[in-house]
Amino acid sequence: MDTHIQAKDLNAFYGKQQALKNVNIEIPKNQITVIMGPSGCGKTTLLKTFNRFFELTEGTQLTGEVLVDGQNIYDPDVDVTEVRKVVGLLAQRPSPLPMSIYDNVSYGMHIHKLKKNRAEYKTAVRHYLEIAGLWDEVQIRLHDPATSLSIGQQQRLCLARGLAVEPEIILGDEPTSALDPISSQHIEKRLLDLKQQYTTVIVTHTLRQAKRLADYVIYMYLGEVVEAGPAHEVFNNPQHKQTRAYLEGQI
Amino acid sequence: MKKKHFEGRHLVEYFMKTIMRISLVFVAGALGLILWTIISRGIPSLTWDMITQVPKGGYYMGKEGGILNAIIGSAYLATGGTLLAILLSLPIALYLKAYIGDSKWGEYVRLSLDVLWGIPSIVYGAFGFALMIAFGVRASLLAGIIVLALVELPIMTRAMDEVIRRMPADLEHAALALGSTKFEVALRVVTRQMLPGIVTAILLAFGRGIGDAASVLFTAGYTDRIPTSLMRPTASLPLAVFFQLGSPYPEVRERGYAAALILTIIVLAVSFGARWLSGRLNRYTVK
Repeated sequence: MDTHIQAKDLNAFYGKQQALKNVNIEIPKNQITVIMGPSGCGKTTLLKTFNRFFELTEGTQLTGEVLVDGQNIYDPDVDVTEVRKVVGLLAQRPSPLPMSIYDNVSYGMHIHKLKKNRAEYKTAVRHYLEIAGLWDEVQIRLHDPATSLSIGQQQRLCLARGLAVEPEIILGDEPTSALDPISSQHIEKRLLDLKQQYTTVIVTHTLRQAKRLADYVIYMYLGEVVEAGPAHEVFNNPQHKQTRAYLEGQI
Repeated sequence: MKKKHFEGRHLVEYFMKTIMRISLVFVAGALGLILWTIISRGIPSLTWDMITQVPKGGYYMGKEGGILNAIIGSAYLATGGTLLAILLSLPIALYLKAYIGDSKWGEYVRLSLDVLWGIPSIVYGAFGFALMIAFGVRASLLAGIIVLALVELPIMTRAMDEVIRRMPADLEHAALALGSTKFEVALRVVTRQMLPGIVTAILLAFGRGIGDAASVLFTAGYTDRIPTSLMRPTASLPLAVFFQLGSPYPEVRERGYAAALILTIIVLAVSFGARWLSGRLNRYTVK
């Protein structure tokens, strides 16, 4: 297994409350990893440590290491904006930036100066909107406000926007939980299409979604990683009583 | 189940509602009375000459001329002061949002601004005047602009700060997740999202600036000429009102009301203009 993200002895605290307890896991490259577990088990917290969003909450504390491609992203020398360029995030609810559809996609490319001229930006915006499966719907209204899109379209726009900064990793924090079933399907399909090129880590609370998407599964309970392994093994033959109980719907 | 209008809680509600309505009537009435006074007394003297001519020889004794000097002077003073205040206020407000937040230091900055807000503008005028004496500078448009900017700074910064603080966290996080620096978030996302509110803050400060007489009294001076240079003194509308109302000649006093009316019209026009503008700027904001 080719490891892309590795957490080492990770402990996370909100004030005095411990949200992650000694987490040690490895996340495989170019596969979809699903983190699952009951509410409050720390799955979102774990996800947030991968793009250094955890520190945005006041009064939090973190010990241990998160390695991306072998580099500890919590090293004092590391530029947090570079981390977030490499590790993209698809949030729970889409939040388009206060600008046009076009500018939403080009924003990230602009701040990272990824393209040289207007024509290149234009081509790239189209490219990423196509990847997100949104181009056909928005090509005639690229300069409309992003908020004029439906929620499902907005989430695909956020996907295009995230991919446009050329990340290696996509994090998804329950990325379909605010969407209708059709829009959820769209997003899931995109994630499956993209998994060859990106390492994807999804937090979900729906077991069925986990089964549809996962190549690799992490099961968490009360801030601890109970079980982690290839999806078929964990789903078909869970090693821990805890995991089995969750899969059978008892937790 | 019938309503008992004059019992217990219902009586309290009825009483409070009445008080609120009475105060509304007072506020609206005061506004109406002010407008009525300046309109009814100002209109007869509001001639074309008033707004196209500078004072001629006998103007201050009721002869021909107008107050174009004060209109242009106030436009220069308030626009210059407001622009200068924006240059200082916006960075302060964004800095408060992006780097200081609601920490102890943020509270100190806000407290200082609130104190500055409460200082009467004559004190700013006196302060500016003292500085001008120290540096050997005469009353001038530039000095007036600088002091007006100081008068406008606290109100503009606090108004922007209150607006910018309401920035949705989701939106900020969305920009951060793409690898933005805090500065990029402030400049490209916060300013855009909060533009209508920022425009309102600027307008509020402009309104205070253009109507302020005390701060420009010593610093900008007064002259019958239209200012041609930043180093020359300039007239202003509030002082035009002030000087003319103090005149022993009734015609001149009536012109004082006309000047007040012009000032009010300018402020109203700018208000409505800014409303319209922020309506247009709303297009991209996320609700």
